[in-house]
Amino acid sequence: MNDQQIERYSRHIILKEVGGKGQQKLFDGKVLIIGAGGLGAPVALYLAAAGVGTIGIVDADDVDLSNLQRQVIHFTADIGKPKVESAREKMQAINPDVKVVTYKEWVTAANINSVIADYDFVIDGTDNFAAKFLINDACVLAGKPYSHGGILQFVGQTITILPGQSPCYRCLFPQPPPKDAIPTCSQAGVIGVLPGVIGSIQATEAIKFLLGKGDLLAGRILMYDALGMKFRGVDIKRNPNCPICGEHPAITELKDEVDAMTVCDLKGA
Amino acid sequence: MKITINGKETELAENRARTIDSLLEELDVSQRLYVTVELNGEILDRAAYETSVVNEGDVIEFLYFMGGGAR
Repeated sequence: MNDQQIERYSRHIILKEVGGKGQQKLFDGKVLIIGAGGLGAPVALYLAAAGVGTIGIVDADDVDLSNLQRQVIHFTADIGKPKVESAREKMQAINPDVKVVTYKEWVTAANINSVIADYDFVIDGTDNFAAKFLINDACVLAGKPYSHGGILQFVGQTITILPGQSPCYRCLFPQPPPKDAIPTCSQAGVIGVLPGVIGSIQATEAIKFLLGKGDLLAGRILMYDALGMKFRGVDIKRNPNCPICGEHPAITELKDEVDAMTVCDLKGA
Repeated sequence: MKITINGKETELAENRARTIDSLLEELDVSQRLYVTVELNGEILDRAAYETSVVNEGDVIEFLYFMGGGAR
């Protein structure tokens, strides 16, 4: 580390859980953020600021005026620009040490394995169940640790999945809900600061994972209620009947959950 | 009958036998067709909602789908 880096990361280095060695682990770390929206925004900003050496970011969308109420990595002048490009500019402006790899595409059964392969940890910051189940399945089958996040209106939830060790998303929810059964943020609304809270927790998990410090949010789903201003953790066990990580898994290869896709996802894909 | 639902002690109206399915209906739980139910630390298969009976002192968690995040 040069003098400027020692100064930049001094508040990390002074922590006994981080130190120079931990900061080096962050430099050497590779984290993939899927979705450059409400959840992905704080994750990308904090991981770049923290000096995570390689950060991948996946999103096929362009910045829209209606995004700016919560997707704090995108600015008014970015409207119409690819989200991954807008995100990359801010991340590199915060920290030029960080390598940002952009993927202007949606994840699909066909491409997700090659996208996640290079990374140590994956962040699910997507907004639809087709993507959330695909990310779970790909990470479980590849043995890739990841953080799930979900938000709606004033409530959010997050859990960290260590494949083969802790319960996965399908242990909790074996199948995606039918399309349009559960309202999305665009239909039901979301308070803008909510993804900031959940995304910041997801970023914390990625950093702890890279450092190898603390207890990950595995085997416990954390739920946040912004109106009641309450956090609750519920312990979850692995489900022996889980269709992908249970005793007799029915899912052994990736497929797109077409039934869970909305019209807008299908257009995107 | 007293049970704990999502961390809150809850008094159910009568002491009659109820399945998880009838509890979901009685409490008008949101996402009723899709909610995951954890009963005393074990996630129930959906098929067990019709057969699992609610007992005094049970600890029940309803876990909901939340799909938002990017757009």
